[in-house]
Amino acid sequence: MEKLCSLTAHKLKELMVKGDTTPLVIVEQLFSRIEKCDGKIKAFVLANKEKAVKNAAASKNSGKLAGVPVLLKDNICVKGELTTCASKILAGFKPPYDSTVTRKLEDAGAILIGKANMDEFAFGSSCETSCYGPTKNPWDTTRIPGGSSGGSAAAVASDETILALGSDTGGSIRQPAALCGVVGLKPTYGRVSRYGLIAFASSLDQIGPITKDVEDAALLLSVIAGYDEMDSTSVDLPVPDYAKALTNNVKGLRIGVPKEYFIEGLDKEVEASVRSAIELLKSLGAEVKEISLPHTEYAVSTYYIVATAEASSNLARFDGVQYGLRADDAKDMIDMYIRTRSQGFGNEAKRRILLGTYCLSTGYYDAYYLKAQKVRTKIREDFDKAFQACDCIVTPTSPTPAFKIGEKTNDPLSMYLSDIYTIPANLAGLPAISIPCGFSKAGLPIGLQILAKAFDEETMFRTAYTFEQNTEFHKKRPAL
Amino acid sequence: MNYETVIGLEVHLQLATNTKAFCGCSTKFGQKANSQVCPVCLGFPGSLPVLNAEAFKFAIRVALALNCKIQGLIKFDRKNYYYPDLPKNFQISQYDMPLSYDGFIDIPVNGSRKRIRIKRAHMEEDAGKLMHPEGEDYSLVDYNRGGMPLLEIVTEPDINSPQEAYDYLTKLKSILEYLRVSDCDMEKGSLRCDANISIRPVGEKKLGTKVEIKNMNSFKGVKSGLEYEEKRQASVLEDGGTLVQETRLWDAGKCVTLSMRTKEGAEDYRYFPEPDLVPFVVDKNEIEEIRKALPELPEARIERFKKEFGLSDYDAGVLTSQIDLADYYEAVVKLYKNAKVVANWLMGDIMAAMNEKNVKVTDLGLAPDKFAGLLAMIDSGAISGKMAKEILADAIETKASPEEIVKKKGLVQISDAGAIEEIVKNVIVREVKSVNDYKSGKMAAMGFLVGQVMKESKGKANPGKVNEILRKLLGD
Repeated sequence: MEKLCSLTAHKLKELMVKGDTTPLVIVEQLFSRIEKCDGKIKAFVLANKEKAVKNAAASKNSGKLAGVPVLLKDNICVKGELTTCASKILAGFKPPYDSTVTRKLEDAGAILIGKANMDEFAFGSSCETSCYGPTKNPWDTTRIPGGSSGGSAAAVASDETILALGSDTGGSIRQPAALCGVVGLKPTYGRVSRYGLIAFASSLDQIGPITKDVEDAALLLSVIAGYDEMDSTSVDLPVPDYAKALTNNVKGLRIGVPKEYFIEGLDKEVEASVRSAIELLKSLGAEVKEISLPHTEYAVSTYYIVATAEASSNLARFDGVQYGLRADDAKDMIDMYIRTRSQGFGNEAKRRILLGTYCLSTGYYDAYYLKAQKVRTKIREDFDKAFQACDCIVTPTSPTPAFKIGEKTNDPLSMYLSDIYTIPANLAGLPAISIPCGFSKAGLPIGLQILAKAFDEETMFRTAYTFEQNTEFHKKRPAL
Repeated sequence: MNYETVIGLEVHLQLATNTKAFCGCSTKFGQKANSQVCPVCLGFPGSLPVLNAEAFKFAIRVALALNCKIQGLIKFDRKNYYYPDLPKNFQISQYDMPLSYDGFIDIPVNGSRKRIRIKRAHMEEDAGKLMHPEGEDYSLVDYNRGGMPLLEIVTEPDINSPQEAYDYLTKLKSILEYLRVSDCDMEKGSLRCDANISIRPVGEKKLGTKVEIKNMNSFKGVKSGLEYEEKRQASVLEDGGTLVQETRLWDAGKCVTLSMRTKEGAEDYRYFPEPDLVPFVVDKNEIEEIRKALPELPEARIERFKKEFGLSDYDAGVLTSQIDLADYYEAVVKLYKNAKVVANWLMGDIMAAMNEKNVKVTDLGLAPDKFAGLLAMIDSGAISGKMAKEILADAIETKASPEEIVKKKGLVQISDAGAIEEIVKNVIVREVKSVNDYKSGKMAAMGFLVGQVMKESKGKANPGKVNEILRKLLGD
């Protein structure tokens, strides 16, 4: 019998419907895989075998994800289950409520298997800022898996889960997906409820799927998408049947390739893979044209102002008063705040809180925050204009394949540039997916990013699916 | 030197919605600590605020009643500061685009009207309450109040005396009660008032150094605090000193203001747009519907009372100042037609009783029909005005109806001429000296004789009849 944990969700569903396997068999096999591999990969911060086995045994095989194991990033709240954002400051925190996506997954019959490692509060592109230590890239365990949803991506790549959810504020789903050779999708801002996602930057955050292929990404998105009255920023639009968008056909599709994305700093092997991917799409009947997104060069600096400003306020609540860490021996209230936050946050979290606080301070607000908001509007307008001439935009996901653990930890600016191609989609609120499109000579995965208009995930899926159907990259798995 | 006082007031009003501003928790007062909380109002990680549509409507009602303009786009901001009663360490508020602005309230000043401009009225969420158990080295937080909807109403510096401040608050409270959007109870904290006050030499254009006063727990406290502060500021200046911009707390026990913090310690709130709440365009039709549904407000009611009941401006103002009092007045007038008489009674004995007990007219236990009945008994001559006062006091004290009291105490007035004549004759026979005094022209003796008759009748004799019969028998 085929190894079940290496299969996709849609394949497993087929097998379950035929009676060839059961949720319990899948879950048991999966946990033996986790026990075998995770010592090496360290993708999990919580593997909840007991609960998963119990739920799998009780699974009644109805719902879109009946019996399918799903791993959640550690910033997604599950009632009564440890949710720490990989931060010491949330040590022992068990939310008294479920996030909306958790509820939707459970309603669809999914089996939640645990929590995935991440950069602390999603601050990072390498999973190295986690208080639990870094997750390793399954393709080369001396390398980072990308971040911040590195645990989710590495677990999918190493067959330690069937599906995973990540969150993406500036590329945190797509970049690790690219670096781990899996599919990662950031939906349109407002497509998926953020209720129960511990916020990094509220105006940029979006939960999305990390999966083994495009069909699974469409399936998982169809479960978690939709308006939620608990989230004012979720949008009340019907959720299309994404499965219908999975047609192996890009004939006549207008694909834009932004000239500003093929610049210095882009790895030659990555560029070559992306260029040949574009050629393939062209050969399949797509119309490829060069477009311009003139404000691209300001995206990273704009992002680091908006995102850190919001983060500095969102993270103010971690003060030792109600939950999580409270430092001992505080002399008074202010001292309790200072000690708790000094001990609880890692360096990158402190750096971003300071940066954001500074950007919002009187005398700096106009020069930084307000200006960044104006540039954000310009970047959004770039896309509006570009989408008059094309239906989707194709770019590299990450400028390089996975780098070495420790390579960039002392160089935050170079780390920030890892997200140079993914950040614009967050600033503009657009849907974007990363799919495998090649490997470096060293055998490291390379990702192709496809962006579409707001709420046009269907065109994005169609393009991604067609590419996948005509390539084999997504089928390759790391040897573990 | 003569100084002019300049005052601006900031009122925080709790809107009496059923649920909190951004979650579904109950707003009921006086419940067990932390029994009305949820992940949203506790600011738990991952929770998100959703605007309470009822709170928004209440805010618009107030804004319209205060003659404010309504913002076209409603936007919320975060006010960032650390304090344990604020679970997110930021408060959802409105900064550069208040929900409403440029309104006014007219208050009576020296027989004419003065306009106090409203600078802005904006929505925000309330904080929890800190408790410091005596003798302990810890504090406790009750988050029941956290997240309740507040409307902050800020005036321009148009108020020129503590009395005007008091009158402004009275008028504001009156309007708010008419709107039934808040119970305006300063003791429960559903209405709180901070004041900014400065003084300047009369004729000076430039404003003096501003001092903010907090912790005033009643309208009278606001007045006293401001009176203290204007004197304090004047004496600092008279002594050649300079005032510092600071926040001072009113100590109602000691009747002084004490410095709390100076401006140098002022916080930077790092306001920025609340990204969890999407700005929305105001539906003009909805605003018009709210405007149409506004109740008759005190100003309009004053005019109607003057026209319908022939009341003076002053009387109409007093009677309409509290909605319950105005409603009560109208209910009595429906049953007892002499509107002026009703007004006098309400503004006299009834309001005296309300003030003494510090209750509303509806809490006196005297239904409008009972009160109208009492007035009718005076007209029929069944009781005297003086007796009515006593019966009224008794009715308020014992909650018994006036009719019952009259019956129980046998207080029916003696108007029967024969019965009164009997008593008068007895008195004339007994008080020979006074009778002679009267006959020799000492008119004051008449008063004494009437008094004697009233005494003899235990106050029940109709005083008019007594007078009449006395004069007849003494040969006038």
